[in-house]
Amino acid sequence: MPERKKSDGKLGMWLFISTEVMLFGGLFLLYSMYRYKHAQDFHNAALELSRFAGTMNTIVLITSSLFIALAVYFQKKRQDKKAGLFILLTLLMAFTFLAVKAFEWGEKFEHGLYPGAAHLMSLPKGEILYFGLYFMMTGLHALHVIIGIGVLSFMLVFLKQGRFGEGSVYFENSGLYWHLVDIIWIFLFPLFYLIS
Amino acid sequence: MEDKKVREAGIKTYITIWAALVLFTALTVTTAGLNLGKTGIIIVLSIAAVKSALVLLFFMHLLFEKVTLIKLVIPLALIVLAIFIGLTYTDVAVR
Repeated sequence: MPERKKSDGKLGMWLFISTEVMLFGGLFLLYSMYRYKHAQDFHNAALELSRFAGTMNTIVLITSSLFIALAVYFQKKRQDKKAGLFILLTLLMAFTFLAVKAFEWGEKFEHGLYPGAAHLMSLPKGEILYFGLYFMMTGLHALHVIIGIGVLSFMLVFLKQGRFGEGSVYFENSGLYWHLVDIIWIFLFPLFYLIS
Repeated sequence: MEDKKVREAGIKTYITIWAALVLFTALTVTTAGLNLGKTGIIIVLSIAAVKSALVLLFFMHLLFEKVTLIKLVIPLALIVLAIFIGLTYTDVAVR
């Protein structure tokens, strides 16, 4: 692919990433406003979350980011076997993340903490807002993880079919998408799990 | 475009950045455990900013990017976001 076309493709991806920054940025703003108004409720609600599970998932996503960076590195060097291996490892990390997340959500559901649950509705207003934001933001993030799994699976298949030349922009952009998923979590983690 | 091979991230760079990210995670969890109140919030969010900067610059190659326009996209998005957040806060503060 010509150099110019490649950088255009990359620019497009970065523009998309900036729209994602706006999407989550708006939600962060909403969070901080409600937190400002209901500081004590947010503090109490945050105690419900498992700091251990959150930390584990952070490490899992950081590691997945390393793996996809290595996959892109090896694809550039045309070492397709190694690139494929690192995509597989990234996918493994992605599924681990979702499993931990599913376990966490399941536990909340059992405690009557899900949007619209009678128990949650009986809590103070700030706590309802906290859990609303928690499910909205981690849910939206999990959706990104699932889409990322889809994109990376396609990349793996295309790689096996030998469709990519040296340093494919499709491959690189998929890597960028996965790093974005990691960055969003880097901010979600302190906001929901650590600030209490 | 002349000196193409001058700076490229290698395997060692990636592993170093990964180790730094894990270290910062440990640091942020420890800080949160100390219950420092408002200072704690600032420290924890600053660490998150540093971590995402590491991912952007090294894992996402912004540090090695040669096209200026691509380098500018994220700073511009962050400036716009800062304006949104800043204006919203002034609105809330003086209401």
